[in-house]
Amino acid sequence: MRVTVETPASVERAELARLYLAMARIRSFEDAVMRAFQSGEIRGTTHLCSGQEAVSVGVCEALGPNDCVAATYRGHGAALALGCDPEALFAEFLGRAGGICGGRGGSMNVIDLEHRLLGCFGIVGGSIGAATGAALAAELTGDGTVAAAFFGDGALNQAYFHECLNFAGVRHLPVVYACENNLYGEWTHMDETTAGGRLAQRAEAYGIPWEIADGNDVLAARESAVRAVERARAGDGPTLIEFLTYRHFGHSRSDPAKYRPREEVDSWLARDPLPRLAERLGEQEAEALRADAEREMSAALERARAQAPAAGARTATAGRMR
Amino acid sequence: MAPVAYREAVRSAIADEMEADERVVLMGEDVSQGGVFNVTPGLAERFGDRRVLDTPISELAFTSAAFGAAVRGLKPVVEIMFGDFLGLVVDTLGNQASKYWYLSNEQASVPLTVRSAVGAGASFGPCHSQTPTGLFMAEPGLRLVAPSTPADAYAIMRAAIQDPNPVIVFEHKGLYARKGELDDGGEPGLDRAVLRRAGGDVTIAAALAMVDVALEAAGELAGEGVEADVIDLRTLRPLDGDTIVGSVTRSGRLVVVEEGPPQGGYAAEVVALAVEVAGPLAVRRVTMPDLPIPFAPSLEKDALPGVADVVAAVRALL
Repeated sequence: MRVTVETPASVERAELARLYLAMARIRSFEDAVMRAFQSGEIRGTTHLCSGQEAVSVGVCEALGPNDCVAATYRGHGAALALGCDPEALFAEFLGRAGGICGGRGGSMNVIDLEHRLLGCFGIVGGSIGAATGAALAAELTGDGTVAAAFFGDGALNQAYFHECLNFAGVRHLPVVYACENNLYGEWTHMDETTAGGRLAQRAEAYGIPWEIADGNDVLAARESAVRAVERARAGDGPTLIEFLTYRHFGHSRSDPAKYRPREEVDSWLARDPLPRLAERLGEQEAEALRADAEREMSAALERARAQAPAAGARTATAGRMR
Repeated sequence: MAPVAYREAVRSAIADEMEADERVVLMGEDVSQGGVFNVTPGLAERFGDRRVLDTPISELAFTSAAFGAAVRGLKPVVEIMFGDFLGLVVDTLGNQASKYWYLSNEQASVPLTVRSAVGAGASFGPCHSQTPTGLFMAEPGLRLVAPSTPADAYAIMRAAIQDPNPVIVFEHKGLYARKGELDDGGEPGLDRAVLRRAGGDVTIAAALAMVDVALEAAGELAGEGVEADVIDLRTLRPLDGDTIVGSVTRSGRLVVVEEGPPQGGYAAEVVALAVEVAGPLAVRRVTMPDLPIPFAPSLEKDALPGVADVVAAVRALL
């Protein structure tokens, strides 16, 4: 299998701008979420994907209009990349009535079927099962769709990973397993938790092709995902892609990430996917797009703030009434 | 119509739903060959291997896949070979399928049916004999149903598959060979208990194989001049409060028989519901001891609630 680390050479300028904006929107969104948490406006916890935007955008860009995604509690990037409304996302995290799930799910449990987001799963590995099932439905109905699962390096030690890759492998399901390897499962380095020290190669045991891609280069990430989606669409079954990436912040709100050596953090910040693409796009244009994204997200947050709090916990039903 | 066995009733219900709705698919270990309890033979030949899927021994994989497939429009019926294996899929059922309708703000429900063979009495030992309804009693969004007759097995299975929500159907191993008419009653739906015997001096509520124990005890009590209502609960979540309360309001006495440990089961819930609504009642639970289910036939028989236990519990209330 291949390891993709080189940026594809010829990409149109407008295309670069589009991809940059997609990532800048996520970065601005996450920055706003962080500020709202720090001010106490958003309660509970959150898991920012700042630094991992290229994976969210790269994979979602590779999918077709009817393909679907299962993401994780670090799923704001995937949600935005799929087209979820930022106001509805902010409103969800603020516990407002107009939240994307009416304030019922919160930051870790976003579901938006209109935008083909089966869910952001709060349990590590849950996304793998859901996407495998969506791919099973595709296989059985022959509808030609593909499903993608996002999950972190930590999920590779969950039963969901091993059982579902076996199941998808044996049935040749049209699914893309997108592992965001950010080196840390919660607060612990993967070297301390992951036997064998290799992630993508685990796919070999299940007869599944794998790739390792630069997850901080949106073009490389997309190219790798496109290959996997094509393989799935052609009936050649699943692919596991390990995206090498890094989260700029701790695991969750309560984690100051003191366990990460300064040099390691600095080396990854130097590979921040936004400045890397800005280099190709031109600093000026990048800055303008970043400002657009900031404005959009600030306005969306303002509108979400203005919404009424969610209500009606005692009048809802847990199941659909027939 | 000729009487059919409980296992055939389950099979017919699945077949009729597969016939009626092409979104229904059956998944599980060895299901194309009928499975260890011989419930599903012939379905693969009839519907093909794209609708009857043999799975790896990988409950979490195929149940979570069934959940994902249900969100994408299929109506999977999943067989978990022994109820004891349901513990492997509590995350999928409890954190994902059962919560989906509510969490998604009602964007979609999960039309997933899980069916599983439960119950003791055949010396399968402590990890193949349980009736783990208690694992799921506290899961909003899940329906739990427990048919005790072939007619109910048929009607409840069809209703479960048609239901837009996740449903677990507990099938009792000891009832699979039980024969009965399929058309001996109306559609029970998924939320109605049924009065199997009308008395009025005491209410005995039970589910699955314990219904027979309750009925036999009621027969014995009748010989002593004590007439019992016997309620076959059929649905454990939600409980049918109307039927339970209606009976205990008349009788003032309640005995619940459960094939399971004393704590955290449906017996506790039935008692609480009845007392809360109908006021002070004389109540007893007849359950298994607070122990794993033992293997040795003599130990297992001793651990299971028997007719004498139920009769004794009723006498204690008179």
